[in-house]
Amino acid sequence: MASIWEYANPRKFMATSAFLLPWTAGIAGVCLVVGLVWGFFFTPDDFRQGSTVKIIYVHVPSAIMAINAWLMMLITSLIWVIRRHHVSALAAKAAAPVGMVFTLIALVTGAIWGQPMWGTWWEWDPRLTSFLILFLFYLGYMALWEAIDNPDSAADLTSVLCLVGSVFAIISRYALVFWNQGLHQGATLSLDREQNIADVFWYPLVITLAGFGFLFVALVLYRTQTEIRARRLKALIAQERMA
Amino acid sequence: MMPDLGAYAVPVLSAYAVSIALIVVVVGASILKARRVRARLEEVEHRRGRAA
Repeated sequence: MASIWEYANPRKFMATSAFLLPWTAGIAGVCLVVGLVWGFFFTPDDFRQGSTVKIIYVHVPSAIMAINAWLMMLITSLIWVIRRHHVSALAAKAAAPVGMVFTLIALVTGAIWGQPMWGTWWEWDPRLTSFLILFLFYLGYMALWEAIDNPDSAADLTSVLCLVGSVFAIISRYALVFWNQGLHQGATLSLDREQNIADVFWYPLVITLAGFGFLFVALVLYRTQTEIRARRLKALIAQERMA
Repeated sequence: MMPDLGAYAVPVLSAYAVSIALIVVVVGASILKARRVRARLEEVEHRRGRAA
């Protein structure tokens, strides 16, 4: 049984990710097409929300992945801080723009959905506000990577920022439980069948969620490969300058 | 084929349009950056190979 730490070796990571990438990208494409087409074309309107319920298939998966992306970044940042594996720091860096885009999709589609349902694009509701702060953390995290030239120092400082931002990732997930107020509804997906949405909406939603999940994995693998190559490129150019 | 979205056609269609556009942007940007870095790395490795 291979140790997980073998993947800290860039060569091993490149070989494994090259094998996994077409599969994850392919599954993501199939799940997204099936889930979105099913949800958009073949599900009924909700008796209260009308056809706006179809926004659920882009809003909920993007919001869930926005939080999970940050938690993935937290884990890889902690691995960097504790074990100093460069690949894990680069994976966190690679995941940030993807998580930022998912957060932006959740914010924009939430505003578009909120206007006809709540009569407002925006409300300083605990979940909405914590999501906006999470989005700003994503921007700050990406800016910090770009602002520091030394990659190890950048990885150290962004790891600390990621740790702090994790508070808001958790708050945005559990804001309703903590404060029990605001316009936003509770969790859409629940293990409690009584609280869960109707099956007719649930099946395409779960497929779309899987699509967003696999898309995230595929993009992180692909972008981490690029970051590993960029790091090698930087090292080679530095060697040439020293020579 | 197109479902009747009624009074909410604009919000529903715009939510899908924004989402798909943003996903296309992040996928496209990732591909462009990957190609640029790969080409630059090959160029430097080739140059070093000739120099060695």
